[in-house]
Amino acid sequence: MSLSKINIGKLFLATALAMLILGLLLGVLASQTYIFANFMKVHNGLALLRPMHVSSVMIWILLGATGCIYSSLSSITNITTTKNIAIVQWIFWIVAIIGIFYSYLNRNFGGREYWEFNPVWSLPIAVAWLLFIYNFLKIVLKIKNWPVYFWMWLTGICFFMFTFIENYLWVLPYFRENFITDTTIQWKVNGSLVGSWNQILYGTAFYLMDRIKKSESTGRSRLAFAMYFLGLFNLMFNWGHHIYILPTEPYIRYIGYAVSMTEWVFFIKIIHDWRKSVPHSISKKKYFTYKYLMAADFWVFLNLGQALMMSIPAFNLYTHGTHVTVAHAMGTTIGINTMILLAACFEFSGWQSKISSKTQRILKASFWSIQVMLFVFWLSLNIAGIQKGIWQMSEHQTTFNVMMRSIKPLLTVFAISGFGLAIAVLMTVSLLFIKMISVKMDKTKILEI
Amino acid sequence: MQRNNLFVFTCLCMLFLFYSFTIYLQPLYTPSIPNINITKASEGRLVWQKYNCQACHQLYGLGGYLGPDLTNIYSKKGNGEILIRAMINSGTLQMPIFKIPERELLPLLEFLKMTDASGTSDPRNYRQEINGLINHK
Repeated sequence: MSLSKINIGKLFLATALAMLILGLLLGVLASQTYIFANFMKVHNGLALLRPMHVSSVMIWILLGATGCIYSSLSSITNITTTKNIAIVQWIFWIVAIIGIFYSYLNRNFGGREYWEFNPVWSLPIAVAWLLFIYNFLKIVLKIKNWPVYFWMWLTGICFFMFTFIENYLWVLPYFRENFITDTTIQWKVNGSLVGSWNQILYGTAFYLMDRIKKSESTGRSRLAFAMYFLGLFNLMFNWGHHIYILPTEPYIRYIGYAVSMTEWVFFIKIIHDWRKSVPHSISKKKYFTYKYLMAADFWVFLNLGQALMMSIPAFNLYTHGTHVTVAHAMGTTIGINTMILLAACFEFSGWQSKISSKTQRILKASFWSIQVMLFVFWLSLNIAGIQKGIWQMSEHQTTFNVMMRSIKPLLTVFAISGFGLAIAVLMTVSLLFIKMISVKMDKTKILEI
Repeated sequence: MQRNNLFVFTCLCMLFLFYSFTIYLQPLYTPSIPNINITKASEGRLVWQKYNCQACHQLYGLGGYLGPDLTNIYSKKGNGEILIRAMINSGTLQMPIFKIPERELLPLLEFLKMTDASGTSDPRNYRQEINGLINHK
């Protein structure tokens, strides 16, 4: 295939979908350690499977976000990006993925939480991201009067780079030798990294809303901009709610608490306003894009309630370090990030209008199974977390093993629903993946870069 | 509108950079923990990462969920250095045996001694206030 025929957006989205399939399979395997702990310990299963699962899912989100931006930009503007650079960017990602898995399979750890692979494999990611920044700026700087999603993409891309570098400050002894500062920075990084890719994905959600409506009313409204700046403010300063029990400077905790309380409110309002304004006929034509965006809306609502409660220090004392935190992380990663990305994949694949009724039935069954399974999955983790929270606050505490035995039925439900969730997601994702790599280039310039 | 947005964006970024650098400079005015070999403990942190202890264990609530939080394992009643060594060398019901050589084990122990001396991760040591905040008892 000649270089000119490669569709950059689809190339990144297809690679992202492949990483999601891998992440799902690894996640199912990793969850078995909670049921068959004795068996899995023989090969130190969790120490290997957990980072492999987490890295795969994080790469799914980052490559998916990249694919969404490339696809959106090509559709919004007629400015061609430097295709060679985008291909080199993709090659650097492939090198990083191979290196990361090579590092894990050889048990060559050495990184931090969520980035446990040998730190050397962060370099190709950093180079790929710098190329992405170059390509993005080359296009958007030629455009005047940006809609809100341009601002969100710019923020997400630049803050990811900043936070990614900050993520490796620990290699300097100056930071590593001060445990409290080091841990504070680590939580700052974890909070801001999620915030940065959320900016990209919410920007994509705004763009999809406008694209479905065929107007720019959502992306240019004053409320959208107010929400964007509120989101940016939270990205920068709300991470302090992760470290209430860390003996760091008190002002960090106060700022984290105060800022967290302002979170998310505008976003829900905008999506609700948008839902009311989309004519029924349009939502039928773009059925799956619409459905997955609405599902993201539902999960925003659930996770918002949870996030707000967890940001109150008195409640956080019960939930910090428990499975409630995992439920929140999974709820946002699958419920919000993945739903938006799947909505985008349906839209950019160009497949939606040609789906046969038989395939449509399979996709609808998959959609509803995902929602039900995810809810059971999320609920079981929350109940297990609350039980652990009560245990950790108990005056007459039993041993850790006794507590873990008491929550084993809930973790079994978590593992089984996780398996069901993986099957349901795989039904849609495998079909999307096949379509993404097989659908011929549209003659319209919608997806052409 | 574009100019106003750029102005707000720039102001927020400046504020964020100021806040970040305030945190980066903290080690300069934080007193070091007595009786801890900081260099050795810092090496111990790398050993912690090398064996991916964080996959199962937490420090101040950050890490995995299969094993207990180890922030204060060093001084916990009935635990301490001897028990930590025994756990690493012999494993437990769920924890595999780690054959960590002595040259790596000593820094790891120093690191756990440092985390222990830095504060407490036990939520029972905190008091809840009426405004939702928490304070050390």
